[in-house]
Amino acid sequence: MKIRTMLLAAAAALTLGLAVQPALAIEDDPGPAAYEKAMKGKRVVLVPLSMGFDLAQGWAAILEREVKAFGGVFETRDPNWSTEAGAQAITDVINSDAKPDVLIIMSPDLNSYSKLMKKAQEKGIYVILIDNPANYKADAYVGGDWDRLGQMEAEAVVKGCGPNSSKKIGLVQGDQVNATSLYQYAGIMKVLEKNPDFKVVAKPDSNWDATTSRNVTVTMLQQNPDICGIIDFWDGDASGSSSAIRDAGKQDQIYLVTTGGGEETATCANVANGTYDAVVSTELYNESEAMVAMIKYLLQSGQPPGTASPYIYSLMSTVTKENLNPRSCWNLKALQEAAKK
Amino acid sequence: MEQRGQGWTQERIVFALAVVLFIVAALGLRGFADPNNLIAIVRSVSVLGILALGMAVVIIGRGIDLSQVSVMAMSGAWYLQMLNDGRPEGMALLTVLAFVVFIGLANGFLVAYGDVPPIFATLASGAVVYGLVRSQFIGSETVPLPPGHWLEALGRMRLVTVPVEVFLFAGASLLIFLFLRYTTWGRYTYLMGDNFQAARTIGIPVRPMNLLRYVISALLAFAAGLLTASNLFSINTRVITSTLLYDIILVVVIGGIGLSGGKGGVRNVVGGALLIGIMLNAMTILDISNIYQNLIKAIILLAAIIIDSLMNPRDEQTAQQGDI
Repeated sequence: MKIRTMLLAAAAALTLGLAVQPALAIEDDPGPAAYEKAMKGKRVVLVPLSMGFDLAQGWAAILEREVKAFGGVFETRDPNWSTEAGAQAITDVINSDAKPDVLIIMSPDLNSYSKLMKKAQEKGIYVILIDNPANYKADAYVGGDWDRLGQMEAEAVVKGCGPNSSKKIGLVQGDQVNATSLYQYAGIMKVLEKNPDFKVVAKPDSNWDATTSRNVTVTMLQQNPDICGIIDFWDGDASGSSSAIRDAGKQDQIYLVTTGGGEETATCANVANGTYDAVVSTELYNESEAMVAMIKYLLQSGQPPGTASPYIYSLMSTVTKENLNPRSCWNLKALQEAAKK
Repeated sequence: MEQRGQGWTQERIVFALAVVLFIVAALGLRGFADPNNLIAIVRSVSVLGILALGMAVVIIGRGIDLSQVSVMAMSGAWYLQMLNDGRPEGMALLTVLAFVVFIGLANGFLVAYGDVPPIFATLASGAVVYGLVRSQFIGSETVPLPPGHWLEALGRMRLVTVPVEVFLFAGASLLIFLFLRYTTWGRYTYLMGDNFQAARTIGIPVRPMNLLRYVISALLAFAAGLLTASNLFSINTRVITSTLLYDIILVVVIGGIGLSGGKGGVRNVVGGALLIGIMLNAMTILDISNIYQNLIKAIILLAAIIIDSLMNPRDEQTAQQGDI
């Protein structure tokens, strides 16, 4: 009896065990289903200042690949540097029938798009602010800490000038409204306060235009022939200041620092050929993946838009001839081809 | 016909103003009168001046070309893009040249045969040129100059320490001067600008003349684009959103070429360009921020237009609808 019971119990256990085994296999990882439910068919729209410059094209290529991979729809709008066109594009997008679930916005200045971003959030759209800070609590800011960026530029120029130089620095600012220009300036000044023997002798605006940058730099060099370093606030126009330096035959004397997106032809090629001495550049992949992570998080969070507004600052690095390596830059063409596949 | 100065013409006012400004700046600003700074002034306006020469030819014959900056940036960018893609030099140059001539012809055709007011025809064609080249032919806003290209050498070239673009501006000025002053077609330009109907009635080929003027303007724009590329070793098409187009009109109007046509010449363009150059240089030395520089330029443009409309009032007998 006892043995029978034991045998029965053993058999039952075996059968149960056998029965349980496949049941365990059926109990799948809940992740993929939840992920698909939250992500599939979701619309992500990117509105940069323009779709024509390296960073925007890089973000778009990486975002497109990622959004497609989770079964979403990715679109871009190209305001072509016009604040009005950008506002119009955002208005159209949030009022259309196929309104996006996540809106990624690069703001032209601190305030222009604040109301529109609020409207978008009220309609249930998550807003991710990128690259250019604005006075608005978006669902996340992903991009550079421009104050820190300015500090890195100033540190580079102080180092580039060296202790035995004239210690005179020129700035070619962007304009007086864009947060990137204002914060960059503030960051530069912080470092210069710590190095009081370094002086800013001129700080004209380029209005982000290369020809203007060249003309103001020519004048700056004319007035201060012993300048040892120049910080141009964007590599989109720094070709102008660099050409002025080259024309004056002062490439060896003047240390030119700028900032850019780290694209191969725009950044690394120009560091290699001596157009720029140092470029504080954004690590595009990390920055874009931070956007992707925010998109994935927000779409699954279930939180209403406007709940939190974290700053996801990107890592930046100062690219110089000394530390230039094949991984310092990214290649736009390769990236775009990868996105098409 | 051309206005022969009696007393204070606008041209003389501008000239006097430029001299006064020059003396004040030379006395008051450190480093302004340095020969290198003076060369830099001429150089800084040479691209602007070349564009203004084209604009002058169009305006003197009654019209305006708002597509200039677009043609300059996009033709240059497309040319560089083709070189970067490995196309042979000659083919790239000829393709873009043909494109530029076609744009000039199209502008002229719309104005001469389509009776579209030039201000609208060229505004639209400029937008088309930008959109077409930007979307179809170039990948990025900034197109770099391939290393070792002849434009690099041109940008580095100096004749007796003076940058070559100063001579190119002088050469272009001379050519346009000879065209306007000594060729029949040049004289026609004044007649057309002065009284279009009369010019047509006496048998001047006004329609082909319109084509010619817009083609000249487009070609000069292309030349300005190449020169920009040789300076900056790249072309940034974002220049289209800058105030360059207004600066060109500013140079022409401030120099004393009446917007209603028929008056002025190369002298006015050179005078206007130098005045603007001196002004911008002095403002930069004074470290005046861009916002105020633009404000000052805008006020001067406004004043110049008001003076222009007072000195060259619209001729009700010859004015046409759509004239600027």
